[in-house]
Amino acid sequence: MTVMAEAPLDAAQIAAEARDRVRFEEEALALSDQVFRVARHLAGSRDEAEDLVQETYARAFRSWRSYTPGTNLRAWLLRILTNLNIDRGRRTQRTPQTMPLEANDYYLYDKLAETGGGASDEDRVVERLSQDDIVSALSAVPHDFRDVIVLVDIGDFSYQDAAQILDIPIGTVMSRLHRGRRILKRELAESVLEDAS
Amino acid sequence: MTDSPQDPCAHCEEMMQPYLDHILTEAERIEAELHLDDCEWCRRRYRFEESLRTYVRQAVSEPMSSALKAKLAALRIPLN
Repeated sequence: MTVMAEAPLDAAQIAAEARDRVRFEEEALALSDQVFRVARHLAGSRDEAEDLVQETYARAFRSWRSYTPGTNLRAWLLRILTNLNIDRGRRTQRTPQTMPLEANDYYLYDKLAETGGGASDEDRVVERLSQDDIVSALSAVPHDFRDVIVLVDIGDFSYQDAAQILDIPIGTVMSRLHRGRRILKRELAESVLEDAS
Repeated sequence: MTDSPQDPCAHCEEMMQPYLDHILTEAERIEAELHLDDCEWCRRRYRFEESLRTYVRQAVSEPMSSALKAKLAALRIPLN
């Protein structure tokens, strides 16, 4: 063994490494739809999201050796992506001057039911929100809260994964998620009231 | 049913998010379900929240363009 350690990489090792790398790239590419879906709402626009996803994959392909096989590759990719997003200075640009209000959890339902002539089927009540209402309400949620909503509620990441991706404690993930959803519902209620007036 | 001095519906509202996230303790979950069994008013609002979460997820899902997909594949490092 001591003698062999000095030997250069032999052909078999090179082939094994190439195989690992190709497998890594294929697994990463297979996740790209899911990565984009999350990136779309972490970034401010579709164009920004596309750039961010490209940068993420370029970096991932260069540093594939730092990924530990068998761990959550989607979370690993999102960790790269959120770091790139922060590096782009989004945090300073997009922080709103005032914190949007949160409403209680029942507030949105009550507003929808109130303005909808007493619709009783909960599945129909929700349909009174348009896709545009939802997209713009989500983008109005301050980024700290929105990041958590996007990862957990849209990306299906666990609290634990979201905590690692964003590098914040799990308790912070939970409290931001709780408040973020309330801010989102408050924004949605406002868009409904505007449409009704 | 509960020692809570609060209005039971207000308390149920507080438990809604953790209930739907399955992070209530067993005792809290039972407390919420007992209230929901009796209270249609809260039950409707829980059901709405569930539909809302699904609806939001669908509404914000934008498919990736095939152009971007091709660009990502082109970023792969060629074998040499």
